[in-house]
Amino acid sequence: MSATQTTGAASTDAAVDIRDLDVVFTTDGGDVHAVDHVSLQVQPGEVLAIVGESGSGKTVTARTILGLLPETATATGAVLLRGTDVVSASPALLQQLRGADAAMVFQEPSTALNPVYTVGWQIAEGLRAHAKLSKAAARTKAIDILRRVGIPEPEERVDYYPHQFSGGQKQRVVIAMALVLDPAVIVADEPTTALDVTVQAEILDLLRRCRDEFGTAIVLITHNMGVVADLADRVVVMYRGETVETAPVGELFANPQADYTKALLAAVPKLEIVDRAQPEPAAPLVSARDLVIQYPGRLGRPGFTAVDGVSFDLGPGEVLGLVGESGSGKTTIGRAIAGLTKVTGGSLDVLGVEMNGMRERDFRPRRREIGFVFQDPATSFNPLLTIAQCVAEPLIVHGVARDASAARGRVDELLEAVQLPRAYGDRFPHELSGGQRQRASLARALALDPKLLIADEPTSALDVSVQARVLELFAELQERFGFASLFITHDLAVVDQLAHRVVVLHRGQVAEQGRAAEVLGSPQDPYTRRLLASLPVPDPVRQAERREERRRAADA
Amino acid sequence: MSLNSTPVASTENPRSLRAIWRRLPVIHHLRQSVGLQRGMLVAGLIITGLFVLVAIFAPLLAPYGYGQLRDDSGRFAPQQPPGPAHLLGTTVGGYDVLSRVIWGSQTALLVIVFAVLLSIFAGILLGLVSGYLGGWVDRVLVVIADAVYAFPTLLLAIVTAIVITGGESDLLGGILAAAISITVVFIPQYFRVIRAEAVRVKSEAFVESAKVIGAKAPRVMFRHVLRNSTRTLPLIFTLNSSEAILTLAGLGFLGFGIEPTKAAEWGYDLNKSLSDVTAGIWWTSVFPGLAIVLVVLGITLIGESLNDLADPRLRARRRRRGATAADAAASAPLGSPASATDVVGVTSASEAAAASSTATTGIDDQEAGR
Repeated sequence: MSATQTTGAASTDAAVDIRDLDVVFTTDGGDVHAVDHVSLQVQPGEVLAIVGESGSGKTVTARTILGLLPETATATGAVLLRGTDVVSASPALLQQLRGADAAMVFQEPSTALNPVYTVGWQIAEGLRAHAKLSKAAARTKAIDILRRVGIPEPEERVDYYPHQFSGGQKQRVVIAMALVLDPAVIVADEPTTALDVTVQAEILDLLRRCRDEFGTAIVLITHNMGVVADLADRVVVMYRGETVETAPVGELFANPQADYTKALLAAVPKLEIVDRAQPEPAAPLVSARDLVIQYPGRLGRPGFTAVDGVSFDLGPGEVLGLVGESGSGKTTIGRAIAGLTKVTGGSLDVLGVEMNGMRERDFRPRRREIGFVFQDPATSFNPLLTIAQCVAEPLIVHGVARDASAARGRVDELLEAVQLPRAYGDRFPHELSGGQRQRASLARALALDPKLLIADEPTSALDVSVQARVLELFAELQERFGFASLFITHDLAVVDQLAHRVVVLHRGQVAEQGRAAEVLGSPQDPYTRRLLASLPVPDPVRQAERREERRRAADA
Repeated sequence: MSLNSTPVASTENPRSLRAIWRRLPVIHHLRQSVGLQRGMLVAGLIITGLFVLVAIFAPLLAPYGYGQLRDDSGRFAPQQPPGPAHLLGTTVGGYDVLSRVIWGSQTALLVIVFAVLLSIFAGILLGLVSGYLGGWVDRVLVVIADAVYAFPTLLLAIVTAIVITGGESDLLGGILAAAISITVVFIPQYFRVIRAEAVRVKSEAFVESAKVIGAKAPRVMFRHVLRNSTRTLPLIFTLNSSEAILTLAGLGFLGFGIEPTKAAEWGYDLNKSLSDVTAGIWWTSVFPGLAIVLVVLGITLIGESLNDLADPRLRARRRRRGATAADAAASAPLGSPASATDVVGVTSASEAAAASSTATTGIDDQEAGR
């Protein structure tokens, strides 16, 4: 460990100065070098974006600024925060630094706030840890900061509990907690990943205002190139613990130097709006008429209506994109088609079976014609079975094969179809990467050659570059096997790459539906328009224009 | 994460015998442990191993029988201090203390085996069905389990002992009385644990994916839910074993144990040695008592270390000693960079988020905890 360096004459003006930082984690599988001799500076009032895939060390690097590393980590090098080295700082000194000099905004606002205290109390807690303040003074400050981050009626809402705020407002509260002590730098770890696009746009605006009004430097960690283009001044690209490229944002997007950066930018899905040839019209496989799905409420309370009068058709060989923000009911519809959620009203016809009042015994024979790909490949495999056993499961259940070894031939074929080596069949799910697991998941869904494939956000848990490859594979398989697909996603750019037709859902109702090119190219519904306008494009110049447009539209 | 943290090297065939051996609960934990946790586990394993060996080879190890009062040279003198003829002395009734202690281990082991065998299958089955199916079956079973919890173990044991033996306490009757009374109390414990795990596992995506495939409920329960619900079983198993011994000893101490002519039992011996204590005769009480303490300690040590090792947040890991990046890269199996970041992700993102958000505002841990 290097000796404590209190000052470096050249770097005192930088808000954060990371020098030769090296972090190693001790794990069950041996040591893992998470950050490999990284050096970077953040100037006051600058937004520095650190981008990279999961496992690239971007979060670990940023967490070192606050000394927030787990016990299993060993850090060497220096992280100078207003001239104080954080790496060698004592716990007491770290406690002084946190909040006052550097603060953090977390990815998931609902877990970053303590549910049993009011937000005012939580903001005051940070204040009173650093200065002697009376309760009343702390409260005044809390109200003031809540107003400044755009919480309406802060005098009243300062006494609200976290669950009384929406997701976007919770993130505003978290940002208020970070800002209240006027820190030199805010570390924002994927601050918008858990939020919907329209809310994301607002939070990005707020962060931009933080920088402009408070002069706070922001270290933004993200994998979303659209967010980077929207907010960042300078970008650091990390790969496997090393910095690959550092450049101002305009230069990076216009003229990337490193091959990895080029590949990363190429993999970002863009709205290109292609009018695909529609499949021949035929009798629909899935047909919903005024579909209503209601979750039962607690005793004496009405239930929650997740899907409210939705009608659509899905024909053979067609890819139908189901788009919407969280809470729009898109996943519920997918689950209802697979028979995982009960239909409570209207009619839903799946492969000739009426799902309203369906009995599992009648539907079971049809199940072999439906494949399902889940959102998170990490949890959709039984961790105690090998990949081959998991993929063989549908074959065994439907009596095509007697056991896993009898099904092995077919399993190998399937693995090859999804471009996985045969030998991977003998591995356990945790020995595969996310993208490989999602391929295996596709193989399992296709095992019985289904007519219908339901894909519930199959790529949202994956890195951009991996996502691009999985989407390509999906398109290729769809062409080859000709299955119909209900593709559920929140990402309009992904829908644009695959879907023949699009259904836009908003609060359980259909906002707009039609051919993909028409809906995305010339949206008629105001909600669809807002959704499209909020989508950040990975191009700083165009994104600035879009931002202006959005502001004008909001003002008008 | 803790489920799939097994570092199986990718070059091995995972189905080979050796890999299976390494994945066995205790063996796997032993390989994984380090430092104090390893010391605790090893100490527990040694004590328990000794106990089992002594129980199995009791007929060979014990110098006399458990009910033996005389040998070729005549009747044993009562209350003899430890000496060459009787290494640990004799009791007031003239029994050899060493032999009684050794034979007593056999009784204790039998009670553990019976109690656990009787309760584990019923408990797991009920828990699995209750947790997976839910609904009114679940509610009724939970209420019954809670009601049984309300009974003190010892009281139940006394009632069962009277019902089963009708006052006559032979070896099998005594053991069964203890075992069944323990079983009644243990079934709800296994039930509870397996039910909680089944409820958790059943909402996992892989169970839903099995349902979507069209697998029937029994197949989903036994192939997908059961094996993923058993990770806390070794822990309860060990804790229950020690409780079984304590209940048996308690029964014996209260006089509901096994007659000295039918089998040796530590609790009974302790009871009979009560009056000796004031008379300065220490050997009749110390050795059976020590045997109880040691066995319970050994088994509890195993249980506690298994508990710590099963939790990635409590588990200690080998500290790095001058290892280079190349070493780490070379020793890390193929899947491990991903799983390593998962470990980081788990502790950092989900669980620590709330805690560390208070930490970032500069409140020290104690204050945040208040």
